[in-house]
Amino acid sequence: MPVMTYAEAIRDALSVALAQDPSVIVYGLGAPDPKGVFGTTLDLHKEHGSRRVFDMPTSENAMTGIGIGAALGGLRPVLTHQRLDFALLSLDQIINNAAKWRFMFGGQRSVPFTIRMILGRGWGQGPTHSQNLQALFAHIPGLCVVMPTTPDDAKGLLLTSIFGEDPVIFLEHRWLHNLSGETPQGDHRIPLGKARMMRSGGHVTVVAMSIMSIEAAHAVDHLAAQGISCDLIDLRSIRPMDWPMIEESVRRTGRLLVLDSGHETGGVAGEIVAHVATKCWGDLRAAPRRLAMPDVPEATSPALTKDYHVRAEHVAEAIAALAGREAEFASLADARKYPHDVPGDWFKGPF
Amino acid sequence: MVHSMSPELSRRLLRDMIRIRAVEETIAARYGEQKMRCPTHLSIGQEAPAAAAGAALARTDLAVSGHRAHAHYLGKGGDLNAMIAEISGKVTGCARGRGGSMHLIDESVGFMGSTAIVGGTVPVGVGLALSGSLLERNDIVCIFIGDAVMETGVFFESANFAAVHKLPIIFLCENNLYSVYSPLDVRQPQGRSLAGVAAAVGLHATAGDGNDVCASYDLIAAAAARARAGEGPQFVELATYRWREHCGPMYDNNIGYRSEAEFESWKERDPIKLFTHVLQAGDIIDQAWLDAATREITQEIDAAFAFAEASPFPDPSEAYADLYSKEVMACL
Repeated sequence: MPVMTYAEAIRDALSVALAQDPSVIVYGLGAPDPKGVFGTTLDLHKEHGSRRVFDMPTSENAMTGIGIGAALGGLRPVLTHQRLDFALLSLDQIINNAAKWRFMFGGQRSVPFTIRMILGRGWGQGPTHSQNLQALFAHIPGLCVVMPTTPDDAKGLLLTSIFGEDPVIFLEHRWLHNLSGETPQGDHRIPLGKARMMRSGGHVTVVAMSIMSIEAAHAVDHLAAQGISCDLIDLRSIRPMDWPMIEESVRRTGRLLVLDSGHETGGVAGEIVAHVATKCWGDLRAAPRRLAMPDVPEATSPALTKDYHVRAEHVAEAIAALAGREAEFASLADARKYPHDVPGDWFKGPF
Repeated sequence: MVHSMSPELSRRLLRDMIRIRAVEETIAARYGEQKMRCPTHLSIGQEAPAAAAGAALARTDLAVSGHRAHAHYLGKGGDLNAMIAEISGKVTGCARGRGGSMHLIDESVGFMGSTAIVGGTVPVGVGLALSGSLLERNDIVCIFIGDAVMETGVFFESANFAAVHKLPIIFLCENNLYSVYSPLDVRQPQGRSLAGVAAAVGLHATAGDGNDVCASYDLIAAAAARARAGEGPQFVELATYRWREHCGPMYDNNIGYRSEAEFESWKERDPIKLFTHVLQAGDIIDQAWLDAATREITQEIDAAFAFAEASPFPDPSEAYADLYSKEVMACL
């Protein structure tokens, strides 16, 4: 199985979809430019033609409505936003039209439309280039919200989104774009609504998504060496949510920690804690916990983001506390050889 | 009013206007029964652009509209029974009762949907045209808008993209002078026309009398021909007037946002009365034709209301259906 980066896996999925079905179109600001949206759309127009892979005016709301109309007319559009924050200009079309069309017209016609939004953190992205607003989209009936963590899942979920019948908000964390992993070739699909058990263990259930699943994996592996074992559930889909996997795990462990890359209030973590509290109350052996972004925007200066994000050491500390065990976790921070505001040596900015 | 069109087309336009008016008047008359339980925006006074567009477009051409869409839906050939049932919340409605008056659809005649947010279907129409272009269909798309749409950002974004890609679209603007109660002069600068704005964006723009159904037809048919010939997006501004309140069955001149004199001057120019006189003067129709048309239309409307009345409400479980594809519904 070939090894590719997350960004390459996204590009591979788009290329497979374009080659397989002439109704697939890919567009967005900069889609065919020399940078190709962090490499995710690089040179696709050269392979599949500039009628199907094209740039657009800086008109996020209309271009979203145009995607909806194109989908109603028989196409399978993929719209890419280099930042989720830009897509906020299109909430009218996403919420009032894409999410509702199938329902409000009696189920006559669905809107197969994939909207990629790249979100992130650190390196000065600041208040309006870093927002993780999965909860906002997940609140809307009619939308699917997907947040893959690995290259394999990024490719499989993107192809399922494109060839499905529903509008999908496809959220890619910028810090994952350089992550490498084995990724199946060809038309590889992973169903929506199915989480993945990244690690198995009996003491604590850890639920995470996207970049937080990576932070959690570091923490869980670190604690496993100290005799604390966890189920680590990588959600992959935020809506629909894989409640059966979460409930089954919590019933075994009795302890729940939810990680969220979005803000705490009104967030996905809170929803999961509420669901577990109402469905699995009798199985809980400790109060559920959540670790999410603080309820303030992310600032720009590195001095102001140093302690803002949830990192592996915070996750390990919370797991140990839930398990009622002593554990060492400070070395997780010490092991990072690069500044706190980048995902690794590969990231030199600017965005 | 110069009249040069065929007798068949003339009679169709007049009949369609009379039919739209009669449907709307019946809705107004029966609105108080509390069986049509949704916000309803009547098209009385504005029948000419809808009838003209319905005749100028091919059945396979596509259309989208906004909150005041009854006339557009009927003009395009939308099913009357399904519309009355929809407004009545019945399962036989065109959206199975989920949409009501502001969400009409009849894909069998190319009426692809109307929605309640001003400007909301403008980019959807542009996207339909993009799909037609890429999939090499030869339909054109008519996007029904009102004057207020010319104040939304999404109109300019959509028209710009349509111009860049030379898409086969008619932006058909009924300028009825009011957005709810707000007159045009608090929304547009003096001396600048809507058609002039549209032309500056790159649309081929024309303007005319929206209470003259012949003039409306000629402008729309010419725009349709240009769009079909690959000349890019078109804009047609038609001046007309809403007789009744913005939303609901009543007249509202008494509340003071417009003058009785203004209303009467527009009512003098009733599009149906004007065209009836023209066709009678030209011996295209006579009183017997009018009586027969009125009788048939009344029967059709009575039957539509009887259909809605006899139709069942949707099962309560339908409130939760059709949100996603069956694959995703299975995950919920």
